[in-house]
Amino acid sequence: MSATVDTGAALALGDDALVLSHRLAEWAGHAPVLEEEVALANIALDLLGQARILLSMAGDEDELAYLREERAFRNLQLVEQPNGDFAHTIARQLLFSTYQRFLYEALAGDPVFGPLAVKAVKEVAYHQDHAEQWTLRLGDGTEESQGRMQRGLDALWRFTGEMFRPVEGLALNWQKLEERWLASVTAVIERATLRVPGGPRTGAWAAGAGREGLHTESFGRMLAEMQHLHRSHPGASW
Amino acid sequence: MVTLGDLGILRDLRMFGPGEVRVEITPTYTGCPAVEAMSSDIEDVLHAEGLPDVTVRTVLAPAWSTDDITAEGRRKLAESGIAPPRPQPADGPIPLTLAVRCPHCGSLETELLSRFSSTACKALRRCVSCREPFDHFKEL
Repeated sequence: MSATVDTGAALALGDDALVLSHRLAEWAGHAPVLEEEVALANIALDLLGQARILLSMAGDEDELAYLREERAFRNLQLVEQPNGDFAHTIARQLLFSTYQRFLYEALAGDPVFGPLAVKAVKEVAYHQDHAEQWTLRLGDGTEESQGRMQRGLDALWRFTGEMFRPVEGLALNWQKLEERWLASVTAVIERATLRVPGGPRTGAWAAGAGREGLHTESFGRMLAEMQHLHRSHPGASW
Repeated sequence: MVTLGDLGILRDLRMFGPGEVRVEITPTYTGCPAVEAMSSDIEDVLHAEGLPDVTVRTVLAPAWSTDDITAEGRRKLAESGIAPPRPQPADGPIPLTLAVRCPHCGSLETELLSRFSSTACKALRRCVSCREPFDHFKEL
């Protein structure tokens, strides 16, 4: 590859994909129906494929995934949030896949990330569609499903401001990206007869911390589970 | 048998001097777990043909699309019980409403069960006429 890779940018995008992939894989054996079990695992697999390519741009993919400490990860705090109930996971998918789709679209002409972005955006379009369909179904469903979907969105809303803090090495119009994202998720939330959460999306409490290596409490436990096999048996293979 | 050429996965094959060959393949999905198996199959076949020096490289650009599947490939997929992908629109959203033909009985009365199926590249559908479930190679 002729263009120089910005390692920080590759880690930011790669860690988003890796961490969300792991969270979704945690649903294996727990999804409400078999089709969803398969769907979430498929989405996790797409994200893992993206993560492998992105992390390989920054170094050795296995070392980066399995041997980095928590503070060295550059993913958004949104993607590390625990799965919660199914509606909570769908809320996280809606907020993130919409962002990732528009982000990859905007990176189509990038000399470094363009080839991956053009390829992956087609996969992410299916992830976004899946999340939208479920948001509509749960939001415009029973009182119980609507309540759960709303609580999921409310709980995760404060993590969405961080997505639009500029990442060094990605030449993008972040403000335009945010406007597109907000218009898209607002339309889906309203169609689903839900409320757009009213709380703040930015501010002192957040400080774009995930991209700077500051993570929320549950992330350490997630990493411990993700990394323990590799760390317990260094160099093992099958 | 559906070949890598039929699927548009085989991108390039060049000979460099005696016994040296370089092959380029492209994944259908970035996370496709079959890429490694396909690479080693290509190596095995070429080794068996007496070519000792085989390099298989995976390329991403231009991004693979279901439009890269040949007419022959589509026919073979349907024969194997997998509904082939519909042509991609030039731009815009994926037309999920276009009918998908049941590969078992040929009926156009089929419904989507799940956008995700046994592999990343397929969706799960059911035929309303013959009641058989089947995989559909979804448009990408």
